[in-house]
Amino acid sequence: MLTTLFICLVAVAAAGYFFGQRKARGLAASQNTRLHSLPGYHGAYVAFWVGLPSLVLVLFWLLFQDAVVEGLVVSAIPSEITQGMSGNRIDLLVSEIKSVAAGRIFVEPQPYVLEAAAHYNILNNTAEKAMLVVVLALAVLGLGYARRNLSADFRARQKVGLTMDGLMILCSVIAIVTTLGIIASLLFEAIRFFEKVPVGEFFFGLSWEPQIAIRADQVAGTGAFGAVPVFTGTLLIAAIAMAVAIPIGLFSAIYLTEYAGDRFRSVIKPVLEMLAGVPTVVYGFFAVLTVAPALREAGAAIGLDVAPNSALAAGAVMGIMIIPFISSLSDDAITAVPRAMRDGSYAMGATKAETIIRVLLPAALPGIVGGILLAVSRAIGETMIVVMAAGLIAKLTANPLDAVTTVTVQIVTLLIGDTEFDNPKTLAAFALGLVLFVATLLLNIVALRVVQKYRERYE
Amino acid sequence: MKTAQNTAQAESQTATNGATMTPAETASPQVTEMHPIKMTARKVDVFYGTKQALFGVDLEIRDNAVTALIGPSGCGKSTFLRCLNRMNDVIDNCRVEGEIRLGDTNIYGANIDPVLLRARVGMVFQKPNPFPKSIYENIAYGPRIHGMAERRAEMDEIVETSLRKAALWDEVKDRLQEPGTGLSGGQQQRLCIARAIAVNPEVILMDEPCSALDPIATARVEELIDELRENYTIVIVTHSMQQAARVSQRTAFFHLGNLVEEDETDQIFTNPRDKRTQDYITGRFG
Repeated sequence: MLTTLFICLVAVAAAGYFFGQRKARGLAASQNTRLHSLPGYHGAYVAFWVGLPSLVLVLFWLLFQDAVVEGLVVSAIPSEITQGMSGNRIDLLVSEIKSVAAGRIFVEPQPYVLEAAAHYNILNNTAEKAMLVVVLALAVLGLGYARRNLSADFRARQKVGLTMDGLMILCSVIAIVTTLGIIASLLFEAIRFFEKVPVGEFFFGLSWEPQIAIRADQVAGTGAFGAVPVFTGTLLIAAIAMAVAIPIGLFSAIYLTEYAGDRFRSVIKPVLEMLAGVPTVVYGFFAVLTVAPALREAGAAIGLDVAPNSALAAGAVMGIMIIPFISSLSDDAITAVPRAMRDGSYAMGATKAETIIRVLLPAALPGIVGGILLAVSRAIGETMIVVMAAGLIAKLTANPLDAVTTVTVQIVTLLIGDTEFDNPKTLAAFALGLVLFVATLLLNIVALRVVQKYRERYE
Repeated sequence: MKTAQNTAQAESQTATNGATMTPAETASPQVTEMHPIKMTARKVDVFYGTKQALFGVDLEIRDNAVTALIGPSGCGKSTFLRCLNRMNDVIDNCRVEGEIRLGDTNIYGANIDPVLLRARVGMVFQKPNPFPKSIYENIAYGPRIHGMAERRAEMDEIVETSLRKAALWDEVKDRLQEPGTGLSGGQQQRLCIARAIAVNPEVILMDEPCSALDPIATARVEELIDELRENYTIVIVTHSMQQAARVSQRTAFFHLGNLVEEDETDQIFTNPRDKRTQDYITGRFG
């Protein structure tokens, strides 16, 4: 039904465009004057009047149709049945009616349910037809209204521009509203969590055993919600990742910008950037099936006890994933240092290496630092590699050969299996998510500030 | 600012026996002919890839004099300048043939390290290019990489002397730790000159050093160039013939990659031998 409606709308809008254009041409010819706007703008103006109001109407109709139909169905049920029912019971009854109406019958329904289901179907059917008629009528009205407005000196060009402005604002508002929605949902659930677990315990407690029983027959943890070991685990893995990514990324950026020939650079740079395109789940395989066993064997050979899911394995692979971020941002920063700086240094009798260390890197430092901060925020938010390769038990340790867990891993495990949204186990995921969100947001803001500042310097 | 400049002018006038004459007039032709030859170029060809930019240039550069290289855009004067301290080496696919001597050594010889050569032949660029470091660090950069100062006090002295020689000391002595990029354009250019002086070069190359400066800053830099002539050999590329006439003792005119004529500046501007030189200095092309 909706598909038909949209096809009809597009057809009417296209017709509107055509009529508008033709009328504009006709106006120009009959009055023998110049049009203020090109005929295409007149057409677009009419098409907007056809499409936009009807689309808005469809949106509102779909939002409210269900509620209205349900209300009508419930009020049609004999009042002796609904009397004394609580709101929850009525909701249950409505969903039963809906599934019967859709033909999903599990037990023989009460006769009044059957009746209500039939009523529901009829109402829905009518509503859909009514929507089609009303919306198309509005579209045609819009066409007529807009077409009447057209005249030779009608400023269709400006009107179309304004409408496009509005559409663009709408799109950016959608992005912003979504972000706000994410923050709000995180915040509300996190607040509910902190009603059950004190803030101090969460941020300073040293024991993390959140897997408490949701059903009575489950064997489960004691319910300790001290997130410090989770945070330190995240930081440990992120630190290992940066220890791998910063030197490799930075040195390859220096090599590519200052030493590599054009042809070599044109091959190597895309290959390096391809690392960013590898799905993280593939990195996860690599970490858990290749790197972790190799580290374990290497450790055994020199008498070190390496955990099978060591922080080192997960961190090292994550570091490899992050290399392209650091290398391409550092590359940009180094390339942006003006040629005059290099010339100035060479002319002082500096070698290439001295020029890089004493002039290029200090000048590019803000850009490089910005890149590193963005990479850190990426590292602490990275999920798939650590879910596959890091541990589940929160252990307070700085030993990279041990297994640690991270914020993202804990969020995933807390939301897998039984969930219950008035239980601190499930709600803890939102508190962790909020911490993660705030941390990466701050890192991103600082990084963008730093990068911006360095841009100002040379432009 | 204005008074400082007036004093500086007054000083330079006393140096020339109080006469109000332009620097070019202070050195008579006979004097520069007697100056020893500092650098010699013999049959210098330069190629960028397959395109030849300079054709067999022969030129002698005299010590303690300012040599101006003039000519229309693209004539190869900057290319020639960059040959003198092998700055062309850092450009890919640039090839230099022929011989250039600094004193007795061929600077394109096999045993010459271009890095050490550039400490002897310093360079100042068209656009002031101080490093994004403090004023002090800008000057200390060269001495530091060449290990010229053991202790902090020695470095302080080098910095002060260089800034004094570049006539910048009084303006910046209270803010040596502030970034060099915060100075005005003219001050930045004098900072770059001070930076070049700090490594005690024998020759200073200047590639249109005033083209990004306003007339007052230009006058100060020109004055400075004239003072520096006492201790250094200076080669300057310029688009302004007035500037060449004001600051140089010898002038070389380049056209389409050829050195057309080289002589005393007075001679070039009053009595050029070549028709092309005459056309250029009278503004018939350029």
